Amino acid sequence: MFLINCPYCGERDQQEFKAGGEAHIERPKQPTELSDDEWAEYLFMRKNIKGVQFERWNHAHGCRKWFNMARDTSNDEIKAIYKMGEKPPTQ
Amino acid sequence: MRNKYSIFSLFKNALSYHENWQRAWKDPAPKKEYDAVIVGGGGHGLATAYYLAKKHNMQNIAVVEKGWIGGGNTGRNTTIIRSNYLWDASAGLYDHALKIWEGLSQELNYNVMFSQRGVMNLAHNLQDVRDLKRRTHANRLNGIDAVYLNTEEVKKFCPIINTSQDIRYPVLGGTLQRRAGTARHDAVAWGYARGADEMGVDIIQNCEVKSIKRSGNSVEGIETTKGFIKTKKIGVVAAGHSSVVANMAGLKLPLESKPLQALVSEPVKPIIDTVVMSNAVHAYVSQSDKGELVIGAGTDDYISYSQKGSHQIVEGTLNAILELYPIFSRMRMLRQWGGIVDICPDASPILSKTSIKGLYFNCGWGTGGFKATPGSGDLFAHTIANDEPHKLNAAFNLNRFVSGDLVDEHGAAAVAH
Repeated sequence: MFLINCPYCGERDQQEFKAGGEAHIERPKQPTELSDDEWAEYLFMRKNIKGVQFERWNHAHGCRKWFNMARDTSNDEIKAIYKMGEKPPTQ
Repeated sequence: MRNKYSIFSLFKNALSYHENWQRAWKDPAPKKEYDAVIVGGGGHGLATAYYLAKKHNMQNIAVVEKGWIGGGNTGRNTTIIRSNYLWDASAGLYDHALKIWEGLSQELNYNVMFSQRGVMNLAHNLQDVRDLKRRTHANRLNGIDAVYLNTEEVKKFCPIINTSQDIRYPVLGGTLQRRAGTARHDAVAWGYARGADEMGVDIIQNCEVKSIKRSGNSVEGIETTKGFIKTKKIGVVAAGHSSVVANMAGLKLPLESKPLQALVSEPVKPIIDTVVMSNAVHAYVSQSDKGELVIGAGTDDYISYSQKGSHQIVEGTLNAILELYPIFSRMRMLRQWGGIVDICPDASPILSKTSIKGLYFNCGWGTGGFKATPGSGDLFAHTIANDEPHKLNAAFNLNRFVSGDLVDEHGAAAVAH
C-alpha cells in the first residue's frame, strides 16, 4: 500500500488505482503475419522484474486516465511517473 | 542410518530430557559437481529431491536454498489441500497429490498432520450455483469425491455460518469434498528434507544462485554465493522468484509475481472443524490445531516482491468473514503476512522442460501450490530424471502458451484468486 502521484489529480491512495502490468509492450503492427511464438511473446511472456520496472497504471476511481510508472518492485518505491506516450526515464 | 521416530523413541529421549535427538538433516558444504541441482528448498523442491533419490535412483543431487528450508511460501500458506478442480488435466494433477498425502506421514516417518476435515466451497448467486454443480459433476466423472449441498445442508455441516437470506451475499449452497483438508506446512518441508537427506541428498541452505552457466544450448552449472557447482540438470522450483532465475538463463516466463496475504487470530477453543472457502466474497477460513483461525486473503493487482500486501485487501476479506461468521466479530488477529506468488495467465502451474537442455521449471502455482506439494515433487522428479514429462503433467508444459492449449482454471477451480 502506497501513495501514487497521479499526473492529473495529484497524490492519492493506491487503492484508487488499478495496476495495468508491464508497460511499453507494443501491439503488433501486422497481427496477421505473426507466428505462434510471436503471439505467445506478446500475449503472455513478461519480464516480471525484481527491481525497477516500467508499468501502466489507471486512476480507476479518479480521473480514469492511464499513465506510466517506474517502480522498484523489491520495495514498492516509486521512482518516476510519466504520461502515456512519453519515453521511460533513463535512470 | 537415521533413527526411526516412534512412541518408543519419544519415550527413550524423554528419559534424557530430549537432549540427544539425532539431527534431522546435515548441513553440508556443496560438492564440486552433482548429477542434478534443485534450486529452491521449499516443499516442492525438497519433494522433488526426495522422489529423484527414491524413485529414480539419483542420490548425487543437491537442493540449494537462498534462505532456510521452508522459509518461503511453504511456511506462509493457509495449508488447504483439495483436488476438486474442473478440468481433466488439473483433476489428474491435484488428485495424484491428494492420494500421496493420504499415506505421506507413514511414508516419511514424519507426522505431517494431514487432516481430512473436508473443504466446503460456498455459492452466493445463481451463477455460482450452476458453476459449482457443473464442477461437482466434472469431479465425479474424474473419480474425485464431491457432493453439492443446499443451504440447510451447508448450515448442518458448519453451524456457525450465517445462512440468513437477507445478508448482502446470501449462502445459496455449496460443494463439499470430504477427502480434502489441511496439513502442517512446516512438517511437510522438514519431513521431505529428512527423507531426502537420509538417501544422500545434500541440502545446502543460505546458498543463493547468482547465475546459470550455459554452454551452447545446455546448462553447465550454477554460480552461487557458496561457489560454482557443476551440473547437467537444473530443476528450478523458486515460486515467486522463478522469473528472476529464468532471467539468469536468458528465458522469459509467462508469470507475474504478486503479494498474497494471510492472517491468523488469537487461539480459541474448537469452533470450526472444516475448511470453508467462498470464491465470490473472497474469504476462506479454517482452524489450526493450536486453535488459531487461519484466514486467507487475496492478491494485490500489482507486481511486487516486497512480501507486503495492501491493507484494503485484508479489510475486504475480514468484511466478508464477519458477514458469514458474525460469531468472529470480537476475535483479535495475531499476525498478518504476505508471500510472493507466481501467477500464470491460465492460473495453472508449469512443470516443464524448457528450450535449454537440462533446465527444468516447476512454477506458476500461483495462490494454491501447497496442496500439490507431494504430487508436484513426484511428477517434476519424473520429468527431470527422464527428460520427458509424466502423462499427468504433460498438459502443464511451457509450450501451451504458444499452442494456445491452456488449462484455464481461472474461476473454474472453485478457488479464490
